[in-house]
Amino acid sequence: MSYLKKVIYNCKQATFLIEKKQLKRLSFREEIELRIHLAGCGMCVLYNKQSRIINNMVKQLFHDSLKNELKLDEDFKAELQAKIEEGLGNN
Amino acid sequence: MISETNVLNPHKWVATYADYLYMYAIVRINDEDLAKDLVQETFLAALERVDRFEGRSTERTWLTAILKNKIIDVYRKKSSGLAIAAANKATQEQDEFFDEGNGHWKPEYAPQPIAGMDEQDPLLKKELNKILQLCLQKLPALWNAVFTMKHIDDAATEHICTELHVTQANFWVIIHRAKVNLRACLQKNWN
Repeated sequence: MSYLKKVIYNCKQATFLIEKKQLKRLSFREEIELRIHLAGCGMCVLYNKQSRIINNMVKQLFHDSLKNELKLDEDFKAELQAKIEEGLGNN
Repeated sequence: MISETNVLNPHKWVATYADYLYMYAIVRINDEDLAKDLVQETFLAALERVDRFEGRSTERTWLTAILKNKIIDVYRKKSSGLAIAAANKATQEQDEFFDEGNGHWKPEYAPQPIAGMDEQDPLLKKELNKILQLCLQKLPALWNAVFTMKHIDDAATEHICTELHVTQANFWVIIHRAKVNLRACLQKNWN
C-alpha cells in the first residue's frame, strides 16, 4: 500500500518519467507507474501536455531561425574566401 | 541522382554555405562573434581535410558535420569544470519545484494552463516563442547543451554523455530539470 501511495503522489518521479518517455521507451514497471499516477493527477496530466508542446515549440524555433534573415556581411565573406583561395594555392 | 553533388569545390564554399553554417551555429550558441569564428574555423579545417573527403555525403553535410564538432567543443569548454558541479546541483535542487517529503508539486509551482499554448493566434504564439527563447538562454550552460543536442539535433544519449562528460543518470536528471525549469519559466513570464 505504501508503495502504491508513493507512486500516486510522487509528481517529481512522474514528471521524470514523462520526460524520459519522450526520448526512450520506458520499462514495463515505469510505464505502469506513470499510468497509475496520471490516472489520478490532473497537474501532471497538464504537465505532460505542456511538456510535449514545449518540445514542438523548441523544434519549431530552431527550424524557423534557420530561415531567418541573419546573414554574414559581404566583407567578412570576401575575406574568408580569400583565405580559402590562399590555402588552396599552398597545396 | 548520381553523386554529382558529392564533389568538393572550395572556390564556391563561402558563397554557397557560409550563411547556412552561420545560422546553424548561431541558433545553437547564440553568440554572433563566436558563430563567425566557428564558420571560419570550419572552412579552414575542411580545407585541411579535403584529401580525406570520400564523397559519401554531400558537401553541405560534410561541412555541417565539421561545424557540429566545433560547436560541441564550445559546449564542452563552457561547461567544463562546472559540469560536475552543475550536475550535482541539479540533483540537489530538485526540491525547488517539489515537496521534499512526498514529491508532490509545491503549490506555487504547480502547472497551470498557459494561454497561448493551445491557441492558434499567431501573435500570441510569437510572444510565447520569444519568452521561450529567453527561458532557454537562462538555463545553465551544461543543461542547455544537453537539451539542445538531444531535442534539436536528436543526438544519441550515449554520444551526448561521452561528449559532455556526464553520466547516464545525470543525463536524465538534467533533461528532467531543464524541462521543469523551462515550463515554470514560461508560466511565470507569461501570465
